[in-house]
Amino acid sequence: MRIRRILQSDHLSGWAFAFPAVFLIFVFGIVPVIWSALLSFQHTNLLSPPQWIGTANYRALAKDPLFRQSVVHSLVYTALFVPLSVAGGLLVAIALNRRIRGVRFYRTAVFVPVVLSTIATAIMFLWLLDPDFGLVNFLLSKLGLGPYGFFDSASGALYSIVGMTVWGWIGFDVIIYLAALQGIPPSLVEAAEIDGARTWGMFRNITLPLLGPATLFLVVWSSINALQLFDEVYFITNGGPGTATYVVVYYLFSLAFQQGVAGYAAAIAYVLLIAILSLTVVQLWVGRRLVYYAS
Amino acid sequence: MTGRTAIASRGAARKERAERERGQFLFSRWHLILIPVAAVMLIPMVWMLVTSVQTLNETRHFPPDLLPHTVRLRNYTDVLRQAPFARWFVNTVIVTVVSVAGNLLFCSLAGYAFARIKFFGREIVFLAILATLMIPFQVVMIPTFIIVKDLGMINTLGALIVPNLAGAFGIFLLRQFFRTLPVELEEAARIDGASRLSVLFKIILPLSGPALATLAVITFLWTWNDFLWPLITISSANNMTLQLGLTTFQGTHQTSTNLLMAANVMSMLPVLLLFFLAQRYFIRGIATSGLKG
Repeated sequence: MRIRRILQSDHLSGWAFAFPAVFLIFVFGIVPVIWSALLSFQHTNLLSPPQWIGTANYRALAKDPLFRQSVVHSLVYTALFVPLSVAGGLLVAIALNRRIRGVRFYRTAVFVPVVLSTIATAIMFLWLLDPDFGLVNFLLSKLGLGPYGFFDSASGALYSIVGMTVWGWIGFDVIIYLAALQGIPPSLVEAAEIDGARTWGMFRNITLPLLGPATLFLVVWSSINALQLFDEVYFITNGGPGTATYVVVYYLFSLAFQQGVAGYAAAIAYVLLIAILSLTVVQLWVGRRLVYYAS
Repeated sequence: MTGRTAIASRGAARKERAERERGQFLFSRWHLILIPVAAVMLIPMVWMLVTSVQTLNETRHFPPDLLPHTVRLRNYTDVLRQAPFARWFVNTVIVTVVSVAGNLLFCSLAGYAFARIKFFGREIVFLAILATLMIPFQVVMIPTFIIVKDLGMINTLGALIVPNLAGAFGIFLLRQFFRTLPVELEEAARIDGASRLSVLFKIILPLSGPALATLAVITFLWTWNDFLWPLITISSANNMTLQLGLTTFQGTHQTSTNLLMAANVMSMLPVLLLFFLAQRYFIRGIATSGLKG
């Protein structure tokens, strides 16, 4: 009788329903977070048994010039990528949020790169920016510029990656901004028009404040993703030329999976996690003070 | 101002705006932004397409030929002959289809439990799952690799499928959606003696089409385009996915730009096809998940 009651209880059916997914997330999501923390205090190469070394990994990290370089490159990349993609996305979204001829075509053109993979995009841009036969150098030569090495040049590689990833991401910002723009009540715009607001004044005083939450989300989300830059660097430049495009995750990857220094790499992973979480907290804290929430 | 004149003047403003819009219809100053932007977005893809049907000599030419002299579709069949492209394609389809199916099933079950069933530990487990959404994959990839290795799945499709069968995002998305459905619907069925499982499958899921489609599209996009995890776990060419295969193809055919572009076009086709068929769900999915290819 009792067993029957338990079998029919909500506790059991609830757990039975949730268990498969919860178990998978526990094994592949929660255990690795804790394990990663433990690894960061160990010396291990993924093969032989690990050895406890306290905070030695973190102390070594503070003095590692290549790590410092990677951090600088990641920050430079983020500082360029975030404002360019967010501001560019805003401009394009505002242009697309109108009933003008061919708007569906332009919208699709902007959205398509969003669904392409990082590798497919990179293959396209390697060819586009080819130093010898690339279309971009050809167009620049018409203007009397170049030829440039782009990904092949130590001074230009990181900026070329910025340009390529803004191309791939801008549609994402446009999607978010268009959704936010369509949420602006037309009555507000009409009231402002009656009060004689001009286009710029309207944008500055009405549209922009109402887009605050979307902008905050995009800044936070683009920063998180920018700090995780990896695929493009691995595939196109391998951190080069020299160490010109070493970024944090690329350094982490090469340590863990190419040089087998997993403990040291786990310390980098944890520094990255803490950096991302604190940057997010700071951005949200600043954002709360600047952003106007309508509801 | 009386109510009527307020309405009249608002109507006048609307009419005026409509007239202005009609005036802008053919060409507006917004086109000055949109035309160059569209050109920048489309030219890389158009040039890839052009290169993919050129001969090798045509690609090694400066200034470049903007239009192909001949349409050499043989490049595409050459790719299929020179690399296990079909194999990579099949692998990617298997991994993607199983991952999408797994996410739909397991996230529906868990999402329903978290939305409707009160069970021991529900709140704390749900919070723990939500917290994993904030952890970037790169932070946990080393121990995840060790776990998958210990399970004996390294260099198998299982390594790509099993960790990807359910996700925190899917559970969250479906839980939120299920909570918007009126609870009376299922209460009536429960009183008639229907089990939780049949309530979920016969009442809840048929009403959840848009949410399920969004989850399916996002899982598809994520799995199809993923690169870092296959890079870590797969080493033999036979078990590679398209993204990983493309990078090895690029390594061996660096100078055959035409073949490389043909391979790239083929790798994009399924995603582009699905995008044009289900654009609405892609847009919604991308907006709600914050995910990009």
